[in-house]
Order: sequence, then C-alpha cells, then structure tokens
Amino acid sequence: MYAFPSHTAASIPTSDETPTSDLPPLLVLRPLSDTWLSALNAKFTLYSPSSPLSASVHAALISGAYNRVDPALLDQYPSLRCLVNTGAGVNHINLEECKRRGVQVANVGETHSKNVADYAVGLLLDVMRRITMSDRYVRNGLWVTRGNYPLGSKLGGKRVGIVGLGSIGSAIAKRLEAFECKISYLSRKAKPTVSYRYIPNICDLAAESDILVVSCALTKETHHIVNKQVLQALGKEGIIINIGRGASIDEPELVRCLAQGEIKGAGLDVFEHEPNIPKELIELENVVLTPHQSVFTPEAMAEVIQICIANFEAFFTGKPVITPVVAD
Amino acid sequence: MDKIGVLVTHKPLPYLEQELTRRGCRLFRLWESPESRRLEFCRENSSEIRAIVGNSNFGADAATIDALPKLEIVASFSVGLDKVDLPKCKERGIRVTNTPDVLTDDVADLAIGLTISVMRRIPSADKYARSGAWKKGEYTLTTRFSGKRVGILGLGRIGLAIAKRAEAFDCPISYYSRSEKPHPNYTYYSTPIDLASNCDILVVACALTEETRHIVNRAVIDALGPKGVLINIGRGPHVDEPELVAALVEGRLGGAGLDVFDNEPHVPEELFALDNVVLVPHVASATIETRTAMADLVLGNLEAHFLKKPLLTAVV
Repeated sequence: MYAFPSHTAASIPTSDETPTSDLPPLLVLRPLSDTWLSALNAKFTLYSPSSPLSASVHAALISGAYNRVDPALLDQYPSLRCLVNTGAGVNHINLEECKRRGVQVANVGETHSKNVADYAVGLLLDVMRRITMSDRYVRNGLWVTRGNYPLGSKLGGKRVGIVGLGSIGSAIAKRLEAFECKISYLSRKAKPTVSYRYIPNICDLAAESDILVVSCALTKETHHIVNKQVLQALGKEGIIINIGRGASIDEPELVRCLAQGEIKGAGLDVFEHEPNIPKELIELENVVLTPHQSVFTPEAMAEVIQICIANFEAFFTGKPVITPVVAD
Repeated sequence: MDKIGVLVTHKPLPYLEQELTRRGCRLFRLWESPESRRLEFCRENSSEIRAIVGNSNFGADAATIDALPKLEIVASFSVGLDKVDLPKCKERGIRVTNTPDVLTDDVADLAIGLTISVMRRIPSADKYARSGAWKKGEYTLTTRFSGKRVGILGLGRIGLAIAKRAEAFDCPISYYSRSEKPHPNYTYYSTPIDLASNCDILVVACALTEETRHIVNRAVIDALGPKGVLINIGRGPHVDEPELVAALVEGRLGGAGLDVFDNEPHVPEELFALDNVVLVPHVASATIETRTAMADLVLGNLEAHFLKKPLLTAVV
C-alpha cells in the first residue's frame, strides 16, 4: 500500500541534472500511497532519500513510523529548513536541535484529534461494556451453550482522569462529558478556560479516578509517567486507556497489575515495543489491544494530505508554516 | 411480601433472587422447566402465583396469564414490554410495571460503543493484534465516526440519550418518529426510508409494537446502502433479519452493530466471518449498576402493589 517514490517515476529526477519542472522540490522521507503521490506530484517535485539531490532540498515530509529526526538526519540533509510531520505525535523529533538549526517543524494541527478521541472513547466503552470479549463469546457459540455473558460496568457517573489535556485530551473530555463522566486532568499547567478539575499530581489524579486516560505527548518528563505508584493509586476497580505512546506507561508493571488483578482492565492502542505486545496481555480477557490504529481513517488521511500541502506551500512562499508544532 | 408466590420467568440477578426470598416471597422458577412443560408448571402452582417477574425474553403471554387466575401484577425486568400481553392484562385488571429511565444511559452508551466498534473495527483490530499479524503488516484503514450523520428511529428517552452523546462527536442528528418532536436541532423525517437515505448510521431505538415490526426492511437497508451502518439496540424483530444478513454478506450494507436478534441466543452464523459486524449478547442494560437499579424497581413495584401503595413505574 505504501512505497517510497519510485526512481523510475517521471516526476522524480534520477541524476544531478537540474530538474526541468519548476515545482518546488520536496524530499519524501517516508513511504507514500498512490493517493499521496498523486496529490504531491501535482504541486512539488518529489525526491527520495536515494536521490543525489536530496542534500540540497529545503523541505521534507516525515513520519514517526519511519523517521527519527536527530542530529544525524539533519546532518544528512543539511539544507532542510522545513519539516512537515504526518502523524499525531512528535516524540521522534529533536525539536531543540531543529530550532537551533533554524528548521521549522509542522504537524497536522488538530486533524488527528477527532479520530484519536473517538478511538479512546471506543476503547473505553469496549473495556467497560466488554464489547470485543462478548462479540468473541457470541462468535464461539457460547451464548447458546453457556448463557449470558458476565455483567459489565456502567460508564455514566464515573470519574475520568485525563493525563495531558492538549488537543486530543480536550476532544476526549468533550465526548466523555456527554456520557456524564466527571472529568479531571493533569497538564503541565492548569488551563483556566476549561471547567474540568485540575489535579497537579498524577498519583492524586489516579487516586481520584475510576478511569485514567493517557493522552499526553511522549517527552523525557512523561516517560513512564504511569508507574507502579500511579497504578496502585488507580486501584483494583481502575481502568486505564492509552492512545498516546506506549512508553508513557511502565509496561511490565502494567502487565503485572493487570495479570494479578491490581487494576481492573485496560484499553491499549500503543505499546513500548511495537509491533510486539507482551504475551501475558494477549492471554487476558480484561484488556482490549489494538495495533496503533487510532488515527487511520481515509477521512483523516485526506485532510492530512491537504494540511501538509498547505504547510509546504506557505513555506515555499516565504510565510511561516500553518500548523507549527506547539509545545504545550 | 410474606409467602407471596412469584413466578420468575428467567434466571434472575442473584441480588434480585436474594431480595425476593428475604422479603418472604415463594419463588417459582419457570426457566428451570423445559419449554414444553412450562404451562403445566404454571397450572400446577397457580393457586399460589400472584406475581410474575418477566424479562425481555419471556414476559407474560396470553396462555401464561390464562393459566394463572390469581395473577395480580407483572413486574418486567426490562423497559420493553413486547413480551407482555398488555390488552389481556388490562382486561383482567392485572398491573404491569417496567424499568424505564434507570437503563437509559447504559443502552445509549452501548449504542455509541457499538457504533465506534463497527466503524473502527475494534474487535477485528484486537484479534489482529493478538494473533501476531501486526508483526507482519499494518492493519487497514477504518472509517471515522466523528461528524457522521446519525439517524435515530424513535426519539424517546433512549433515542434522546443517544442523540446527546452523538452530538459530542459533532454528528448531525436526524430522526423518525410517529410525529415531529420539539427538537429544532434535530432533522425530522416522516418515513424510515427517508431517514435511512439521509444518514450514515441508523440506530433502532423505538419500542417494538405491531407497527414497528420489521421497520428496518429491505427497502430501508437498501436506502442505508453499502457505506451505511445499522445499529440495533431495540428488539430483533425490528429488523428483517434474513434481509439484513443477505445485505451484509453481499456488501449491500456497510456494517452493523447488533445487540438483539430474532431468536436469541441464536445469531445467524453467516455473520461470524464478517469484520464489519459486531455482535453482542443482549447486553445493553447489562452492567452491575443498572441491573441492580432495575432489580430495585421490580422490588419496589411489587412491594408497593402488595402494600396497596401507588406503583412506581406502572404501564398498565
């Protein structure tokens, strides 16, 4: 489905001749689908990493699934002044190094927030109401032979603690309010414009929540922010949902707590060592496990393409990028 | 409720069974008899049975009511009363109660949960993740839920609760009802086909009556179409099940989230192989909190009746 732009494609220069097209040159550092390729080819001259001209290109399209933007990469492409990232997270980008070198970094703004928030709510409802597990029960013929499936838990009225109230966390909170959940949050700073309760310490947040939702960016500060103490504070009736980054949670500790009933259940779209999922999780019935899916819908992909193009066009006309990465 | 005979039609919540016993009721467990013997069981115990606790699978049909001359009240452990012969109860002066409101939130929650589950294919993604297939390749794209047009058949308590939740996902709301309701933000359609033609997700949230049987028929399924999703948290007979199965298998309908079926616990096996279908075993009110609240309503209604006080949630 995805491939690097081909050397034999007519639009991509294969030698160090000057390109005949006067579309601005764009370095593509991640594989692309045909939908992407046709949209980008209409506006830019695409270069792949193996092109000899790649080191002279000023703008590049990147993705956390394929790239680490570190000093080595920035040295490899020393002419870069603009990076546009297609995914939701930016933990793979050394933002200080980019700033130091005068490289603007853009992501895709709030495009991913809706899908990720929908998925977080979907995972939560699945865990509370046992949707995946009872679907499996039905398909295995057990409703006929064993009778009713065990009862689930009501979502309404439950206390939800959101770790990271950025664009995604806010979208999750807005949705869960309609289910009559009581929302509290942790963020680097309190947000005076929101009506939710701010709890500055993550153990306190966990202690006062029935459900913990991890929706923060992965940084040095948030690495393993959900650790043993937090999981103990969340407690035996607690549920945890992670649609951020696997490394925000101490995964071996999480697995141990789930296996031993020290927390009640989890919905996980991300893991510390994707695509590997701990074997012990696979054996549990109180978890829902999905393969880092939360952003991937065609609707979002279409929007992502448009926003990336808009960012590059702004850059090439000397304007600042439209959706710069904002550290909140 | 000392020594009052109560026919319990289904295996009850343990809390309900304990409470009925604690209050002195004599329980007659209908579900323990084979189906062919059930009327006989009723007749054998008819001198004692003054109340029925029914549910969505077995309420009180005409034959059962006829077999119980001392029956005074049917307290259904459900909000739907399609399995209770209401005209017969009215004729005999038998009271009928149900469990409205306490389950509205859970049912609406499940409707949304099923919708996201179907559109984002969560059960299928979970299976993919557990199988190790993720190591070999990425899962496919799935369909966004936010912003999609949600059409609701029936804008009662449950329909409104579904609408409120869907609005938080920026979904435009439309509905069909016997008559237009005072909700200017929601678009009214005067026929189910018009509703189905103008929404992406069709949710069945009306009561099952003679008029609404097969309200989702072939024409409505066709109008919903190959990108449309049907969510049924009503009753199996709301939908023409063979037509639904054919449409899903043939790709004429985009997907379905089903909590109810024509002949529970039997689910058409042709659906088992489909990734765009989520099948759950009639669990819309199946949380410990809500089932306890439903039990409290059943107990409250029974107690009120036998103490000659006003019933809490009488329908007849």
